[in-house]
Amino acid sequence: MTLLDVQDLTVEFPTRRGTLRAIDSISFSIGTGEILGVVGESGAGKSLTGAAIIGLLEPPGRIAGGQILFAGKRIDNLSQDRMRAIRGRQIGAIFQDPLTTLDPLVSIGRQLVETIQTHLRLSDRDAKARAIKWLEEVGIPAARARIDAYPHEFSGGMRQRVVIALALCAEPRLVIADEPTTALDVSIQAQIIELLKRLARDHGTSVMLVTHDMGVIAETCDRVAVMYAGRIAEIGPVVEVVRHPKHPYSEGLMGSIPSLEHRVARLRQIDGAMPRLAAIPPGCPYNPRCPKVFDRCRVERPGLLEADATRAACWLYDKAAAHV
Amino acid sequence: MPAFILSRILQAIPVLLVVGFISFAMFAFVGDPVTAMLGQDYTEAQRIALVHKLGLDQPFFVQYAKFMWAAAQGEFGLSYRLARPVSGLILERLPATVELAMTSATLALLIGVPMGVYTGIRRNSFASRAFMVFSLLGVSLPTFLIGILLILVFAVLLGWLPSFGRGEVVHFSHWSTGFFTVSGLKALILPAVTLGLFQMTLIMRLVRSEMLEVLRSDYIKFARARGLSQRAINFGHALKNTLVPVITIVGLQLGGLIGFSIVTETVFQWPGMGLLLVQSIQVADIPVMSAYLLLISVVFMGINLVVDLLYYAVDPRLRMTRRVSANAP
Repeated sequence: MTLLDVQDLTVEFPTRRGTLRAIDSISFSIGTGEILGVVGESGAGKSLTGAAIIGLLEPPGRIAGGQILFAGKRIDNLSQDRMRAIRGRQIGAIFQDPLTTLDPLVSIGRQLVETIQTHLRLSDRDAKARAIKWLEEVGIPAARARIDAYPHEFSGGMRQRVVIALALCAEPRLVIADEPTTALDVSIQAQIIELLKRLARDHGTSVMLVTHDMGVIAETCDRVAVMYAGRIAEIGPVVEVVRHPKHPYSEGLMGSIPSLEHRVARLRQIDGAMPRLAAIPPGCPYNPRCPKVFDRCRVERPGLLEADATRAACWLYDKAAAHV
Repeated sequence: MPAFILSRILQAIPVLLVVGFISFAMFAFVGDPVTAMLGQDYTEAQRIALVHKLGLDQPFFVQYAKFMWAAAQGEFGLSYRLARPVSGLILERLPATVELAMTSATLALLIGVPMGVYTGIRRNSFASRAFMVFSLLGVSLPTFLIGILLILVFAVLLGWLPSFGRGEVVHFSHWSTGFFTVSGLKALILPAVTLGLFQMTLIMRLVRSEMLEVLRSDYIKFARARGLSQRAINFGHALKNTLVPVITIVGLQLGGLIGFSIVTETVFQWPGMGLLLVQSIQVADIPVMSAYLLLISVVFMGINLVVDLLYYAVDPRLRMTRRVSANAP
């Protein structure tokens, strides 16, 4: 069943030198209990997509087109008050850097209790019991004793566990995890991803996992969306996209992952850099870097086209043209 | 905590010795008390006798030690101008200055902090812009000009409030207060506004800029993502985090209010310590000047101690370091 349905979402930033289109009509959906990975280079629009969904785009950024449906209802045009009731309760969020996402002056127990009581009608005692239960669930040792501790008394990995508890304590149906492991030690990253996977499975929570780590995507997600210059380049089941990428950009991304099984003399890299928002080329935005570019790519912009098990925004898979 | 307070008091001692040295040195540089006391006709024998009686023939450090010892007991000698003990003069004037400074500080905090929060949260509203323009006036207009303008409007043109003095006061043993009489309260308004306006606008601008800074932080974004109400975010999280730097500045400013109420007291002929100091400076009344200098440094150190204690109350990270250092062998 579809929980989140994003249709033709467009996000724009008005600037003095004209309007920048940071996200250009992207569409995707997340099913109940599904984990969707979103990958791409920095600036591809991954985090902005998440911010747009929970209604926390930084002004002057704004949704300029399309709609976002959550459990069948539009949420992109709700008032601030209505949207606030959804944040935390229906859609939770986990941020990148656990060192800065917790209020340093408020104990973690207090932060948990206030979040729980914002969304659920619980007495102080029950809310505290629930807070302790969540701290135990995310693996904080001696949760009962540490509930009055302050964020600085925890290590980075422990703080990210607290952040996860905060994001999930009102049992939202969808969690947007924006690079939850980027700021952590490599040894801790796997633990946090494992925790996230387990919690999502136990509570039937859907996850939108934003990252630029293909390894994390490969072992965590059900489906994956590859973003490039504010558009979706390819979207499909994770096995297909990782093993048989269809879009030349996904292919380039996969080629740049080091692997122990298939040793290659030199990792492949994609030449050039992603275009700035103000200078996205006409046609396919990837065409200046694409090894398989042909004339049509420079003129006409491809939509998502069926390409075996995935869908890719690439003219190589235009079946109508192939028959001509 | 007691250990911390004790260590701060011990740290204050060298500072007081240095300030005391400056106070003491003033005697040597400004005028000669012996010739002033002897008058026009005196013999050399009389001069030597007086010098000996005053202890001025003793070595410099002995004089300094005697001065500090007396000062520690609140003894600053006689005022040259009024021939009365300096300590008594200052005690008499202290209540007026303390009441004025406390009233100004309360006004500045009660109005300045909410205005800062408001302009921080709704920074584009019309009221915020109006407050900002007004605060620019408050920060840039000199105190004496504000005082004179207020006198012109409220005392001369409208005739609502007195332009000088303290009104009627009520005495409680050594303390005199103007809080319990109508004329005392009326007399307090103009000087308190004059003295507090700068502080108020400064606090407002400080709270505003800290608030803007904090509202951009990740933990505020995360608080929004947790679905907390705007009220809980602004007052439960944002305001609390703006307090640490605000406490520092406000603490120093409060010291300034007591120490430098001189201009306001002069404009309004307010019978406080500032006015006493100005009158003493005019006739080079050194004992009063040096006692004032020492007293103000004690006030500043006291306020700094309170500020440090407030940090501990607000910021758990500091409590942590204390606990760790206390546990260290």
